[in-house]
Amino acid sequence: MSALPANVRTLMPPRAEVGPAEEATQLHPAMNEASSAPEPPLYVRTRAPEWLPRLLAPVIGLALFVAFWAILAKAGGGLPDPVSTWHSAVDVFSNPFYKKGPNDQGIGWNVLTSLGRVGIGFGMAALVGIPLGFMLGRFRFLSDMAAPVISILKPVSPLAWLPIGLMVFKAANPAAIYVIFICSLWPMIVNTAVGVRHIPQDYLNVARVLNLSEWTIFRKILFPAVLPYMITGVRLSIGVAWLVIVAAEMLTGGVGIGFWVWDEWNNLNVQHIIIAIFTVGIVGLALEQTMILLARRFSYE
Amino acid sequence: MTDRYLQIDKVRMVFETRKGPFCALEEIDLDIHAGEFVSLIGHSGCGKSTLLNVVTGLLEPSDGHIFLANREITGPGPDRGVVFQNHSLLPWLTCFENVHLAVARVFGATERKSKLKERVHRALELVQLGNAESKYPHELSGGMKQRVGIARALSIEPKVLLLDEPFGALDALTRAHLQDELMRIVAATGSTVLMVTHDVDEAVLLSDRVVMMTNGPAARIGGILEIDLPRPRERIALAGNRQYVALRAELLEFLYRKQMREAA
Repeated sequence: MSALPANVRTLMPPRAEVGPAEEATQLHPAMNEASSAPEPPLYVRTRAPEWLPRLLAPVIGLALFVAFWAILAKAGGGLPDPVSTWHSAVDVFSNPFYKKGPNDQGIGWNVLTSLGRVGIGFGMAALVGIPLGFMLGRFRFLSDMAAPVISILKPVSPLAWLPIGLMVFKAANPAAIYVIFICSLWPMIVNTAVGVRHIPQDYLNVARVLNLSEWTIFRKILFPAVLPYMITGVRLSIGVAWLVIVAAEMLTGGVGIGFWVWDEWNNLNVQHIIIAIFTVGIVGLALEQTMILLARRFSYE
Repeated sequence: MTDRYLQIDKVRMVFETRKGPFCALEEIDLDIHAGEFVSLIGHSGCGKSTLLNVVTGLLEPSDGHIFLANREITGPGPDRGVVFQNHSLLPWLTCFENVHLAVARVFGATERKSKLKERVHRALELVQLGNAESKYPHELSGGMKQRVGIARALSIEPKVLLLDEPFGALDALTRAHLQDELMRIVAATGSTVLMVTHDVDEAVLLSDRVVMMTNGPAARIGGILEIDLPRPRERIALAGNRQYVALRAELLEFLYRKQMREAA
């Protein structure tokens, strides 16, 4: 209000301070005269709070989804309806950590086993991919050298690597881990390299005029500057790894959520398959959100 | 101290471009005394920042030499404190840590940790940011960031302070405030300063000498203006000072009559 030119100000009743809440009353001069007290106008109070539709929308979306599912189930075709699936899920999750032999374990064990494979494969990929990404980002020649190989191998479905893994390791578990390793590798290499290449010249100039040692440059400039890019790479990698593990375990067997899906298919227990689908989705969402939180912690602007 | 503290000796700068060699600087000779404040002024693209970057060591001259306190400059080094136009603070470090990075580099090998911290405190207090030590750059205003930049440059006790259009990105009021601040700091520390600017008032107000550069390519020193106004200088008092007005007019005459740019 105070930003208005002086000649505009004279058109309005003289006021000492006009806050944003009061400013709204200017739209209704009649109301303004009726109540001179600094009370906000009624319509502001009766309007629903802003967060309500934002909360309501996803709830409605989920409800519609479940309704659609119920209709499909009614139409036949063997799809179990939401209610029976829910009861089955309550049953499955009431005892998630039982062990009745190698092929019959609780869903908790299956999820943890899958997460373990993803963790190992992904961790090894990080150990290799991040330093490699730094090197490719720092040295043009290395990057040009690696470019054709990465470009060709990146679009390959990770499952295409499974037979080679089985051949080399002669066991299912390391082969599955190796597939996770391969598919996690590319996003981490590429994103780290891009991050290194995008470090603002200003920061490097600071390092140069101060003549900082390479180690200090790495710790204080390179690493923190690249960290957000690295976390993006990690986020993409984990996403892909979690996608791939289900498929890999279907093929390799043993314990794991992917194997569980296949096993329940053989048992014709479709309810459990749907439970597995939701479980995979929710775990994937949790992984993604964790990474987003982590990324927010390390963004500086 | 010699009277030729910072010596720029026949410096030429030629860049190899795709269209062939581009001569940015043509034989620059300039001697700066200890404790002197010298400004480089000229139109944008005249090579004044190039010259400063040569002194900084970020660029290697194609020809010629630069000596600082009788030692030749062969690359960047902490004997020169640089203030960049866009502050160049590291966004993941607090003000304290940004300055500490420089202090630790220069004094870390010889001094105890408590002494280093004390140096950082003193540098930030010099620019009146003692109470913003734990703030991150994005929490500061543009003027405050630039002050941290100045603190970082001064904290390493450089032989010469190099300023590359330090207030160019700031609004007029903040700029005036920081110019006054810089005058106070330079008076307090007795620093030798080389500053690049395109602001006529800034050059006259702050400098002992203003080096006027001709338009590039192949920029040369077009003339040197002695600013023998007494210090401390008072912005408001100077505005009506006849000598100040005359010096200012002379600079404007050089920039806008003799070195008018065709396209600009």
